[in-house]
Amino acid sequence: MSDLAKSKADENRADIEPRRLETTEYEKNFCDVLTPLDRNTAVREANHCLFCYDAPCIDACPTSIDIPSFIKKISTDNVKGAAKTILEQNIMGGGCARVCPVEELCESACVRKTQSNDPVKIGQLQRYATDHLFARDDAQLFERKASTGKTIAVIGAGPAGLSCAHNLSREGHDVVIFEARPKSGGLNEYGIAAYKMANDFAQKEVDYILSLGGIEIRHDHALGQHITLDGLRAEYDAVFLGMGMGGVNALGLDNEGLEGVDNAVDYIASLRQVDDKATLPVGRRVVVIGGGNTAIDMAIQIKRLGAEDVTLVYRRGTDEMGATDHEQEFAQTNDVRIKLWAKPSKLIGENGHISAIEFEYTKLDNNGRLIGTGEFYTLEADMVFKAIGQNFDAAPLNGTLDISAKGKIAVNDDGQTTLNNVWAGGDCTEGADLTVVAVQDGKKAAASINKFLAV
Amino acid sequence: MADLTCKIAGITSPNPFWLASAPPTDKEYNVVRAYEAGWGGVVWKTLGEEGPPVVNVSSRYGAISYNGTKMAGLNNIELITDRPLEVNLEEMTRVKKNWPDRVLIASLMVPCEEDAWKDILKRVDETGCDGYELNFGCPHGMSERGMGSAVGQVPEYINMVTKWCKEYTKKPVFVKLTPNITDILIPARAAVDGGADAVSLINTINSITSIDLDAMSPTPVVDGIGAHGGYCGPAVKPIALCMVGEIARDPECKNIPISAIGGISNWHDAAEFIALGAGSLQVCTAAMHHGFKIVEDMIDGLSNWMDDKGYKTLEDFRGLAVPNYKNWGDLNMNFETKAVIDEDACIQCGKCFAACEDTSHQAILAENINGERKYSVITDECVGCNLCELVCPVDDCITMTPTPSDKPYMTWGEDPRNPINQAKKVS
Ligand SMILES: Cc1cc2nc3c(=O)[nH]c(=O)nc-3n(C[C@H](O)[C@H](O)[C@H](O)COP(=O)(O)OP(=O)(O)OC[C@H]3O[C@@H](n4cnc5c(N)ncnc54)[C@H](O)[C@@H]3O)c2cc1C
Ligand SMILES: Cc1cc2nc3c(=O)[nH]c(=O)nc-3n(C[C@H](O)[C@H](O)[C@H](O)COP(=O)(O)O)c2cc1C
Ligand code: SF4
Repeated sequence: MSDLAKSKADENRADIEPRRLETTEYEKNFCDVLTPLDRNTAVREANHCLFCYDAPCIDACPTSIDIPSFIKKISTDNVKGAAKTILEQNIMGGGCARVCPVEELCESACVRKTQSNDPVKIGQLQRYATDHLFARDDAQLFERKASTGKTIAVIGAGPAGLSCAHNLSREGHDVVIFEARPKSGGLNEYGIAAYKMANDFAQKEVDYILSLGGIEIRHDHALGQHITLDGLRAEYDAVFLGMGMGGVNALGLDNEGLEGVDNAVDYIASLRQVDDKATLPVGRRVVVIGGGNTAIDMAIQIKRLGAEDVTLVYRRGTDEMGATDHEQEFAQTNDVRIKLWAKPSKLIGENGHISAIEFEYTKLDNNGRLIGTGEFYTLEADMVFKAIGQNFDAAPLNGTLDISAKGKIAVNDDGQTTLNNVWAGGDCTEGADLTVVAVQDGKKAAASINKFLAV
Repeated sequence: MADLTCKIAGITSPNPFWLASAPPTDKEYNVVRAYEAGWGGVVWKTLGEEGPPVVNVSSRYGAISYNGTKMAGLNNIELITDRPLEVNLEEMTRVKKNWPDRVLIASLMVPCEEDAWKDILKRVDETGCDGYELNFGCPHGMSERGMGSAVGQVPEYINMVTKWCKEYTKKPVFVKLTPNITDILIPARAAVDGGADAVSLINTINSITSIDLDAMSPTPVVDGIGAHGGYCGPAVKPIALCMVGEIARDPECKNIPISAIGGISNWHDAAEFIALGAGSLQVCTAAMHHGFKIVEDMIDGLSNWMDDKGYKTLEDFRGLAVPNYKNWGDLNMNFETKAVIDEDACIQCGKCFAACEDTSHQAILAENINGERKYSVITDECVGCNLCELVCPVDDCITMTPTPSDKPYMTWGEDPRNPINQAKKVS
C-alpha cells in the first residue's frame, strides 16, 4: 500500500510522523541561517560605515555598544579590539549578533539607511568580530577586581542572569546562580530558533562568560521549590531575579487538552534539546496561532522539519504583528502561509486528537476594538501550536514583592524591586522581551547592586 | 598589554600619536578635546611673529574622492595661525599646565632673521612647551613671503636657522621638512648639521586637486580663480614613507629621530612608519576627516598587534624594516616568484586576465569550459610582476609564490647579463 493510500485508509489517525525528510536535509535546514562574513566582505562592509559622530545606531542598541568604533576596528584588522568594544558593553554580543532583530534596532538607525536604504550590516559585523575572538587562544578580555567578599544570588541562568553575574564578578563579587533547568543559557538554549544558534553557540557563550571565574551555577535549583526568596535574602548580600516568564497564555477554548495541541515554546524547547531532529513528531498539516516571533519561529521550524502544509493564523493585520517585517518575509520564503484577521473559535478532535480548528473572521469595530464578524472557516490540522504570548509566573515569589500592572516584577530605573536588596531584569520585568534587553537589564542591575554593596 | 610610551628627542609621551600642526591644533578648545580623546601629543598650529596679521581667504580646501572614498587626498591653501600670538601663548601655557603628561610642541615660522627667531623663542619658551618644530614646509601662501618651504628648499637657510634656534633655546628642536624638493637627504642633512634634535616630515606637497570645469579654475575656487595648495592625506603616505626611509638609512643623517607625518590614518600605517624608523607619528587629515576619536583604534590596534607579535615596547620593532630598505641594485636577480590562482576562491571577474593580457606579459590563460569561465597562470610566461594579485578583488585568491631555488644571491652588479660584466668577460 502506498503512503498516500495508507493515510487515506486510516483517516481517523492524525498524520504525525518522525523522519519526514532525508537524513541529510535536517542538517541543511538547521544550520546557520546567515553565512558568516569572510575578511574580504567584512572589511568592505566595515568601510561602508561612516564612523558617524554621536552615532544614532549606538542609541538604537539597548546595550549602547559603540558600534562605529568596533566597525572602524574591523576595517583596520584590529578584530580583537573590535570584539572587546562589543563585549565591554554587551557580554552576550556574540549571541545578540545572531538573534537581535537588527532591522528594528541598530540597523534601523543607520544613516546609510536614510541615505540609500542600505544600512551597514551591523549584526553580521558584530558576529564577525566575536567569532574571531572566540577562536583565539587569548579570548579572555576581562579581569576580576580584587575580591570584595560579597556574594550575590542570581535566579536564572538566562541572558539577564548571566549578564548580571558577569558584571558583578568583574567587580570582584562572587555570584551563585540558581537555575531550574539542567542547562544554562535560558531561552538562548531552549527557545531561540535552532538555525540562529547553530553549533551549540549558546553553550559556548555560557562557557566564555563562566571562564572569567567567580560564578557558580547550581542547576536543577528552582526558586519556590528548592529555595525561597526570603532564604536567599538572609543568606546573600543581594539577589537578582532573571527568571524569564515561565507561563504560557492559553486560548481559553474547550478541548485545549486534545493530543496534538501544544505550546510552541515547549515544542521548540524539545527541538533545541533533541540529539536527532529526525525523531521529532511532525504533523502533515500544522496550524500555528499567534503573530509574534515565537509563532514565526515555530512555523518555520516545523516546516523545516518536513511538515507539508503550515499555516500561521493571526487575529490582526501585518502591521500589528509582533514579528518584524524581516521575520514575516522569512516565514513566507520558507513556504509558511500567513492568514490574517481570524481568531480560533473551536478545537475539533477525533479520538482525543486534534483534527481541525475553526476560526472566526475578525475586524475592528468603530471604536477600534477587535471583534468577530460571525463568519467562520475551518482548517484541517494534525498539530496545532499556541504561540499567543507568555506571561510571568509569580508563584515562586510567594507574594514577597510588588507586581506591576502588566503582571511582571515591578522595578525602578535601576532594576531594583520593592525589596531593597532584590533586583530583577529581563523578561520577568516590563520592557521589550529581547535577549539584548535582558542583557542590558542584567548589566544595569549589576551596576546598581555594586553601588548598593559599596556603601 | 604592550607599552606604547614614546620617547623622541628627550620628550616622552604616553603614546606615539600626535596631532600635526594644523587646524586640529589651532586652539585650546581643540587641543583639550584631542587630549581627552587620548592623543599623546600635539604640535600647535604654526605661530608667526607678532605684528603683520595673517589673514586667510574663504574657500580653503579641496579633496580627491576616489571611487566613492571621500578625501583620499586633501589639499589646502591655508596659512599659519591667524589668531594673535598673545592668545595662542596664553592658551598653550594653560594647556601644558593642565596636561603635563601630554606633549605640546610649538611650531614656529618667522622671517629668516636671527632676531626674529631669537625673540619668538624667548616668548614661547615661557609657555612650558616641550620643544619646537620649525615649519620649513608650508608650500603655499607663506612661501610667497619667503617663509615655509621657501626656507625648506634652501639647505643653507635650514642650517642657519636651526643653528640660531639651538643657540637661543635649550628645548629640543624638530625641523619640519618640505617634500617639495628633489632629494630629501639634502635638507635633512642640513638640519642634522645645524644641530636639529629631530626632523618631522612630510609637510604638504604642491598640488592642484582638480579643475572645476564650469569655473575653469583650480579648486578650491576663490572668486573664480585658484592657487596651488598643499596635498596630504592617505594619498601621500607612500611618498612620506619613502622620504622617512631615506633619512632613516642615511649614515650622514646619523640616526636623527624622525617624527613621521603623511597620510597616517590607522594603527597599521603607524606601525609601518615605526618599522621604517619613525619615533613619533603625526596625524592631520585623518583627524580632520573622522574626528579625534580615531585615535582609540590607533592605540588599541597598535597595542593588540604588538601583543600578537610579542613586541613589548615600540623600541622592540622600531627600525626593523630599515636594513631591508635597499636600492634596486642590491636586489637578488635570482629570486623568482610566480602567480598561483586559487580556482575555488576565484569569482571569475577576469580582472587578472585583462591586466596581464593587455598591459603585462600574457601569462594568464582565459578559458570557457562548458560555460564556466576559468583563469589560470601560464607559469612559464609569468615574470612575477604582482599585477594580477594587486587587481584581484578577492583576498588570498592570487598568491605570489616564490620558486624554490638553490641559486646564489646575485645582484645586477654581479649578473652575467649586465653589459659591464659581459665587457669584463671579453677583456
Ligand atoms: C521562541 C522564542 C524565540 C525568541 N527569539 C528571539 C530572537 O530571535 N531574538 C531576541 O532578541 N529574542 C528572542 N526571544 C526572546 C528572548 O529569548 C528573551 O527575551 C530572553 O531570553 C530573556 O532573557 P531572560 O534572562 O530574562 O529570560 P530567560 O531566557 O527565559 O531565562 C530565564 C532563566 O531562568 C530560569 N528560571 C525560571 N524560573 C526559575 C525559578 N523559579 N528558579 C530558578 N530558575 C528559574 C529559566 O529556566 C531560564 O533559564 C525569543 C523568545 C522565544 C520564547
Ligand atoms: C588645513 C591644513 C593646514 C595646515 N597647516 C599647517 C601649519 O600651519 N603648519 C605646519 O607645519 N603644517 C601644516 N599642515 C600640514 C600638516 O601638519 C601635515 O604635515 C600634513 O597635513 C600631512 O599630514 P596628513 O597626511 O596626516 O594630513 C597643514 C595641513 C592642513 C591640511
Ligand atoms: S547588540 Fe544587537 S542591537 Fe546592539 S549593536 Fe549588536 S546587533 Fe545591534
